[in-house]
Amino acid sequence: MSVPAVHPFHGGLVLEGHKRISTRHPVVPARLPERLVVPLQQHIGAPAEPVVQVGERVLKGQPIARPRGYVSAAVHAPSSGTVAAIEARPVPHPSGLAAPCIVIETDGEERWRWREDQRPDWRTLGPEALRERVREAGIVGMGGAGFPTHVKLNPGAGRAIHTLVINGAECEPYITCDDMLMREHAPAVVAGAQVMQRILGARRILIGIESDKPEAREALSEAVRAAGADDIRVVSVPARYPSGGERQLIHLLTGLEVPSEGLPADIGVVCQNAATAAAVLRAVTELEPLISRIVTVTGAGVAEPRNLEVLVGTPFADVIDQAGGYTDEAVRLIVGGPMMGFAVAHDEVPVTKTVNCLLVAGRGEVEPARDPLPCIRCGACVEACPARLLPQQLYWYARAKDFDRVQDYRLFDCIECGCCAAVCPSRIPLVDYYRYAKSEIWALEREREKAARARRRHEARLARLERERAEREARQRARRERATDAAARKAAVAEALARAGARRSGSAEARRHEGSEGG
Amino acid sequence: MSEYLLILVSTVLVNNFVLVKFLGLCPFMGVSRKVETATGMGLATTFVLTLSSVCSYLVSEYLLEPLGLEYLRTIAFILVIAVVVQLTEVIVHKTSPLLYNVLGIFLPLITTNCAVLGVALLNAQTEHGLVESALYGFGAAVGFSLVLALFAAVRERLAAADVPVPFQGAAIALVTAGLMSLAFMGFAGMVRG
Amino acid sequence: MIAAVVALGAVAAVSGALLGYAAVRFRVESDPIVDQIESLLPQTQCGQCGFAGCRPYAEAIARGEADINRCPPGGEHTIRALADLLGRDPKPLDPERGAEKPPSVAVIDERLCIGCTKCIQACPVDAIVGAAKQMHTIIAAECTGCELCIPPCPVDCIHMEPVPVDLDNWRWPYPEARTENLA
Repeated sequence: MSVPAVHPFHGGLVLEGHKRISTRHPVVPARLPERLVVPLQQHIGAPAEPVVQVGERVLKGQPIARPRGYVSAAVHAPSSGTVAAIEARPVPHPSGLAAPCIVIETDGEERWRWREDQRPDWRTLGPEALRERVREAGIVGMGGAGFPTHVKLNPGAGRAIHTLVINGAECEPYITCDDMLMREHAPAVVAGAQVMQRILGARRILIGIESDKPEAREALSEAVRAAGADDIRVVSVPARYPSGGERQLIHLLTGLEVPSEGLPADIGVVCQNAATAAAVLRAVTELEPLISRIVTVTGAGVAEPRNLEVLVGTPFADVIDQAGGYTDEAVRLIVGGPMMGFAVAHDEVPVTKTVNCLLVAGRGEVEPARDPLPCIRCGACVEACPARLLPQQLYWYARAKDFDRVQDYRLFDCIECGCCAAVCPSRIPLVDYYRYAKSEIWALEREREKAARARRRHEARLARLERERAEREARQRARRERATDAAARKAAVAEALARAGARRSGSAEARRHEGSEGG
Repeated sequence: MSEYLLILVSTVLVNNFVLVKFLGLCPFMGVSRKVETATGMGLATTFVLTLSSVCSYLVSEYLLEPLGLEYLRTIAFILVIAVVVQLTEVIVHKTSPLLYNVLGIFLPLITTNCAVLGVALLNAQTEHGLVESALYGFGAAVGFSLVLALFAAVRERLAAADVPVPFQGAAIALVTAGLMSLAFMGFAGMVRG
Repeated sequence: MIAAVVALGAVAAVSGALLGYAAVRFRVESDPIVDQIESLLPQTQCGQCGFAGCRPYAEAIARGEADINRCPPGGEHTIRALADLLGRDPKPLDPERGAEKPPSVAVIDERLCIGCTKCIQACPVDAIVGAAKQMHTIIAAECTGCELCIPPCPVDCIHMEPVPVDLDNWRWPYPEARTENLA
């Protein structure tokens, strides 16, 4: 089979992988924790709405929250037990804030809700039916972003998809969960990709894997051969960060560039993570919802770095405990990898659908925080940026809070990969500036919407007051008219009486005067 | 044909009115905060300069010279320029109220822009014909707009940069203008005259 | 001499006619700049700027009577946006007009409310629901935090509460610029 060409992307960095420390052991399921804290929002979009109540007994895989709107995802009970609380709990987020969660006290029995007895052949189901199963299973992008998969697999009528890209690159150092999944469950990844291919109507599937994962590549190639599929290719891409970025991987495999404010679907490509593919297969064949995932626990701060199959809602503390616990070196707990991950202050936060790695960094693995030096405009960041942006200009304008100019330089095309900050000789935290600028711009948009609503309400109020004033004046005018009418009528009546009185007798003169004055 | 090209190159680059002849510095410093307003100002000045240099030529050639009134050139040109500027103001106010408001006082100040009067007088002095006068005026305006846009772009970046406090504002802008002027002197000698 | 006067007079006459025609042909009715200024203001209608609402303040700015730094709810970014729009220098908020406060909404203590409707009449965006002798309550989503309802209340039952920060409205902090300005 000819080796398809790989089209390198601009910039990027070659990083030390640190992968082997966590791939020594096979993946084993993690212990069932006493309590599962399941956040209602583990995805991009509106948070899910609870459909259970406190005190209710739930079974494993039972839906406990339904999606709100189209861009949202369902949440299911990761194990059987009782709903102990529905309240705000700390969740893995850079802010350290709490968010609504459903807390389940597990009963240890792991009793499933009903599952499909006969495994239907998914090939007999149409794209709509398959997509509905993906939606009901609450599947979201497991590469880290968490975009609801059923939405991504529905590109819309105008967009024909010709290529499905499976992202097995896993370019960030330390993270090996996808690597282990592909080694141990390659047939599931391939079959899941074929399910998604059927939903999208794509002509071919390209599976991208970094060159530092020979075992996974071998396993996948074997699975493709066994499946007898000639429209699936396993392609090895150079181990260069961030080859696992959606746009970068699509460029590597197809040479196509995703347009600046567009989506891959605009050019006929859909990219899905390998773990998402495996989850999709489980959803359509066994109606199994997304309630667990492989998590890499690594770093010099854990005694036995390894990968574990962890239930959603398991506290970090439990997971780290099963990786041998903390070592003396541990100084920081990072969710994700060293480039795009964020630190959390404590380990009482739960694993969610998108937590791919717990990196317990040791003293030697963390750079001491030092003050940044002034920008010397060297341009190293420009050479490193995989999105072909000008990080230097983004920095200067974000720093000056000039949010118009910063968008002119395409701030929202930044994927926050961190290549620019990694090469900056002045140690400037560039990505922090971009994140700041993005969140300020979103906040300003929200404020503008609120202000527009307030102005409409104010104008409506002024119109209402004006209307009421006009009505009041009209009423007063009508009353005045009726009053003058009444006066005129009374005068006419009095005159008539007087005339009648005068005709009857002359002495009625006195009475007439009285009558007309009194009238 | 080649003389027309020469006039253009000369007025736009070699003898740039702002950076080499040092005329029209008032709007150059005053309207160069943002690239958008600078472009708007450049367009307005182009319109004014071209039209006024043509009108000035016509007035000079067909009214003043036959009657021997060359000594009234300055007054007549100022009159013509004032009318053209007023016309431009009215048109800008109608078509782009935002630009009108942003340019503010600088729009009527084009009347006193020494570059505009300078072009008119230089045309008369060097006895350009109609086409040459028009080209001269147009070229001067293009040069002015080019330099104004460049300067505005640099000033935008300066506004975001770490300028030492004593230099912030007009000081660093003038230093920059001086350096740009030095750069434009590199064109010297390209065109004779 | 006569020739000079006549010549200049003729030029002036022609110019006058031309300008007169232009004044009629290109007449501008209203000034949309006011709309553009108003769209940048936060629409709190609180009156802290000294004008009767956001539109009167916008009109004053357009007329050149008011400076752009009089709006506390708008804050620094509104001053900067106005400065950009009008080509002026941004300047700090006028401290006499108030200080920037975190966004808050008004809350009525229902135990104390007597149903007098004074606050309903005061609210510039009709964000208070209620009627005479009925309980009043504030629609938090529509409240702009202008605080105009607090003075009229005879039993002092309204107070301001800051809007809580949750995952939806949390903002990344400005990176600590620890580099000193080289001044």
